[in-house]
Amino acid sequence: MAVFWDALKEAVSLLVRGDHYVYEVIWMSLRVAGVATVLGVLVGVPVGAWLGLRKFRGWGVAATFLNVGMMLPPVAVGLFVFLLLSRQGVFGSLNLLYTPAAMTVAEFLIAAPVIGAITMSGVGSVPKEVRLQALGLGASRWQSLWVVLREARVTLLSAVVAGFGAAISEVGAVMMVGGNLSSGGHNLTGTMTTATMMLVRQGKYAEAMAFALILLFIAFLITLALTYLQRGVRRRWLQS
Amino acid sequence: MGWRMSRLFGCFALAALLVLAGCGLAGCGRESGARAGSLPAGKAASSRTELVLASTTSTQDSGLFEVLIPAFEAAYPYRVKVIAAGSGEALKLGETGDADVLLVHSPAAEEVFMQQGFGLERRAVMHNDFVLVGPISDPAGVKDMKDAAAALAAIARAEAPFFSRADQSGTYARELSLWETAGVVPQGDWYKSTGQGMGETLTIADQSGGYTLSDRATYLSKKASLSLEVLVQGDKALLNQYHVITVKKARNLEGARAFLNWIVSPQVQNGVIATFGVEKFGEPLFVPNAGQSG
Repeated sequence: MAVFWDALKEAVSLLVRGDHYVYEVIWMSLRVAGVATVLGVLVGVPVGAWLGLRKFRGWGVAATFLNVGMMLPPVAVGLFVFLLLSRQGVFGSLNLLYTPAAMTVAEFLIAAPVIGAITMSGVGSVPKEVRLQALGLGASRWQSLWVVLREARVTLLSAVVAGFGAAISEVGAVMMVGGNLSSGGHNLTGTMTTATMMLVRQGKYAEAMAFALILLFIAFLITLALTYLQRGVRRRWLQS
Repeated sequence: MGWRMSRLFGCFALAALLVLAGCGLAGCGRESGARAGSLPAGKAASSRTELVLASTTSTQDSGLFEVLIPAFEAAYPYRVKVIAAGSGEALKLGETGDADVLLVHSPAAEEVFMQQGFGLERRAVMHNDFVLVGPISDPAGVKDMKDAAAALAAIARAEAPFFSRADQSGTYARELSLWETAGVVPQGDWYKSTGQGMGETLTIADQSGGYTLSDRATYLSKKASLSLEVLVQGDKALLNQYHVITVKKARNLEGARAFLNWIVSPQVQNGVIATFGVEKFGEPLFVPNAGQSG
């Protein structure tokens, strides 16, 4: 147990002291996961909303694909992205392997289906009448779509938060396409998850603990946000 | 809202079921059972005690254990669990008693380990060698140099990309001592750390057109997927000696002793180690040398 407490104490001190490597890694994680989430929203929300509102031939197949995408094994995503970006791959000439861009692509592929699937179920559960009423009151098609999205906004926010959570906690794919590189004590492509794996392997438990603490803190914030959002809805329902 | 709750509950139930199923497949909690001396389920394994062997990623990546472990398990009633880490972590697992027996290649660190009283017995097992690998284009012009340290110095002068494991492995320890011999402090954008195992580092060096120091076994076992070439080899400073060490705090000391005596025995030395890799690579990956003092 002494090892645990020593690591915990040292971890807090690293965070307080502002160890430059630790902070570079934290920033890299937030940046890559953040950009991946924004891209995931740009793709996931329209696709999810479309599937949530329209029923068409082949809808079941499309919706199933989206739901399967939500459970994409990250390691498989990592392998696909790796093979596509590797020098022998289709996009090899772009020289993107082992860059933050490659990591963003991988995390995007993991976050986007999560955001899309949750959006689909959120938009799908908005009563049809809401849209019809909006149209009846003279709203254009886009305006009525906006009304529906507004109605589902809590689920949409949950989708964004869940997508970010999936992206930032990802290890396997990011390790494969990012390589967890550093140079001269400065971080190049390490994230909190990959750096934690590396540090544990090296027996550097204090630094690993620092990242674990930050990841836990982010998980805590995400859970808090989700709980708050969901309770907010319930309260509104009780009032109306 | 009742249906919502029940759906939520359904999700949790499903998740719990998935976790249980995953456990069944992956064998969660197996370790505790084995540690207690017997397993509650599984006839074949029930009479087997676990033996934890901590070794290096390079040994694991070479595929040697896939031959070695089944042969040992066929001869002794132990179930071997291999933890492949860097030599540094392997020694640390020996310090804490989390491993019973070690197979490592970091002589200086091993001697400290023995002096501090963490090990009982240490025997030479085999050696292979390190090789300096790099892209065919060889921007630093080190091909066929006889002196490994001089080759590293040339890479530093050319500021050609070099990928270091930087992970307390025996390979990294060797890399550092070569830099020291070369009188170069590797610094700059060209010198990058992966913090990962040998296999991964070779892939990264290959994909990035860089140099790296590798043990020959891992390089040969991955060669088919790499375009890296061996550029410098044969220098005495590149010899890589493996030792087996029984851990003083071992939970399964009997098994550890059995493994040590087994791996240095002539039939394993000549019958398993000396022939490993010949069929696949046309040359043995390791040279057994338990006969000599290490």
